[in-house]
Amino acid sequence: MRAARALDLSPRAAAALGLFVAVMLLLPLVANAYVVSVLVVVLFSAYFGQSWNVMTGFAGQLSLGHALYVGLGAYTSAALFVHLGLSPWLGMVAGMAVATLAGSAIAALSFRFRVGGVYFALLTIAFAEFTRILFDHFGWVGATEGLFLPVANLSHDDPLRLRGSSVMFYYLLLALSLAALALSHALLNRRVGYYWQAIREDEEAARALGIDVFRYKIAAMALSAAMTALGGALLAFYDNNLYPDTVFAMGRSIEIIIAPIIGGLGTLFGPIVGAFLLTGLGETMTNLSTHFEINGLKQWFYGAALLAIVALQPSGLWPWLRRALGLAEGRR
Amino acid sequence: MLYLNIIVAGLLTGAVYGLMALGLSVIFGVIRIVNFAHGEMMVLAMYGACLANARFGVDPLRALILVVPALFLLGYVLQRGLINRYIARPDHEQFLLLLAVATVITASLLMGFGPDARNVQLDYAYDSYQLGAVLLDKVRVLAAAGAVLGAAALWAFFRFTRTGKAIRACADNQVGAQVVGLDVKRLYAVTFGLGAACVGAAGCLMLLLVDVQPYIATDYTLLAFITVILGGLGSMPGALLGGVLVGVSEALSGFLVEPSFKSAFSFGLLILVLLVRPQGLLGRA
Repeated sequence: MRAARALDLSPRAAAALGLFVAVMLLLPLVANAYVVSVLVVVLFSAYFGQSWNVMTGFAGQLSLGHALYVGLGAYTSAALFVHLGLSPWLGMVAGMAVATLAGSAIAALSFRFRVGGVYFALLTIAFAEFTRILFDHFGWVGATEGLFLPVANLSHDDPLRLRGSSVMFYYLLLALSLAALALSHALLNRRVGYYWQAIREDEEAARALGIDVFRYKIAAMALSAAMTALGGALLAFYDNNLYPDTVFAMGRSIEIIIAPIIGGLGTLFGPIVGAFLLTGLGETMTNLSTHFEINGLKQWFYGAALLAIVALQPSGLWPWLRRALGLAEGRR
Repeated sequence: MLYLNIIVAGLLTGAVYGLMALGLSVIFGVIRIVNFAHGEMMVLAMYGACLANARFGVDPLRALILVVPALFLLGYVLQRGLINRYIARPDHEQFLLLLAVATVITASLLMGFGPDARNVQLDYAYDSYQLGAVLLDKVRVLAAAGAVLGAAALWAFFRFTRTGKAIRACADNQVGAQVVGLDVKRLYAVTFGLGAACVGAAGCLMLLLVDVQPYIATDYTLLAFITVILGGLGSMPGALLGGVLVGVSEALSGFLVEPSFKSAFSFGLLILVLLVRPQGLLGRA
């Protein structure tokens, strides 16, 4: 219950969170390989959503190019592993450093020139797409041919070298997502979190109060980029093959941001709720549409579902779900 | 002379990009909504023209008469029935809304036409004009002429008609427009319709030059963004200038470096302009 106290939850909310964690911990024991692989997708989506949420949900700067940081984390760790035999965990740190640098540079350049709002969002797309095309021509990491990690035939999981089964990745991602939850909560209740929210609500007012808006916006981007790159490194070692056109894809940036928006932007649990809902929806659509041989049926229902959600619950499902479950006493 | 030919070809294609971007720019300039479904609407128009050609043998230039009003209607209904409710909502909700619309359009096209590329067979596809040392493709000249005419018609509408002036009043001061009794919601619907009509026209013209396939929609959306930001979001001449710049830079980089690098140049140009002159080349600060 120490975790519950640290998260500042009501008893009921703490019980709900405890139940959720317990179920998640036990699920791989009963679920088959397919379900575990879907849950891994859910957890990737939740974690990337949580990372993006720091930038856009907390600090209010709409980034539409987070695939850039996924790709930098993935490619840095994978290339160092393939070419120099560097441990994935060290490669991960290197990837996070690269992404932090890139994120800070993009943020510093944009905010220095007062690029904000829609313009900033489009600039983030431009940097991601630009990098994707550069990697298409970057021979050291395989260019369009792709970069492949050697798949060792291990009889047991080897977390040190990040070689192993889906279940191993499941637990790593679960730990990561819970850590991101705790970090997000801690940040929101500290000075920096209040500054970010002030900037999100009214940048001019925040500046007038003496907040160094420029610095705190860069900090949000740097942290968000580093968190995303960490997930990107795990993604590289889970997928074992990297192509610029899928890793850096515009579609990935969009996928990253749909879950937290649907779940509830700026909330702690929104990205997780959104990830479950969206991945579940996507899988159901895929399974249903295999029964009917119609092109585009899956996308059509997916689009219609997005439309329904944005029409019915534009501020996200989590705020509604939280009230429905009677967990609203906690502040978030 | 080879360079001149390439530049002229890029210039002509760029005029069509300009018309497409003009639609985005008008919608943003007045309604302050970024149309993330812009490329999807463009591809929808291309399929409309394609269908008219396949079924009835209609030339894409004649199909304009059908496709442009159809897209206007689509834009009008979309704004009236759906988007108007999201005008005052945060950016990310508008983004999600238009993303959903875009997904539904692409999925519908996939259901109707399948994923394969289609094109129109034109008996004048390989005709060209010789102008001094410059060789002009007939289809490019027609497409560019259509784009310039479309842009001119839009300009005249905003300049001379009562509705056009009313829309400009809304763009300048929404509250003021409401105070003097303008029906802002209807004018917004007309504006979105006009923006959609621009992409409709651009789609028909583009079909003279390229194949169409449902998944290229995102590329057109990005292209439209690049174009308007280069020229200045909300500026009409800016959109055309941006289109021409993108067209020429694509043509040149495709020739000088390699074709797969051409969008990198456009994005590079975009980054440069956003950092040095965020309001765009012709935008107001």
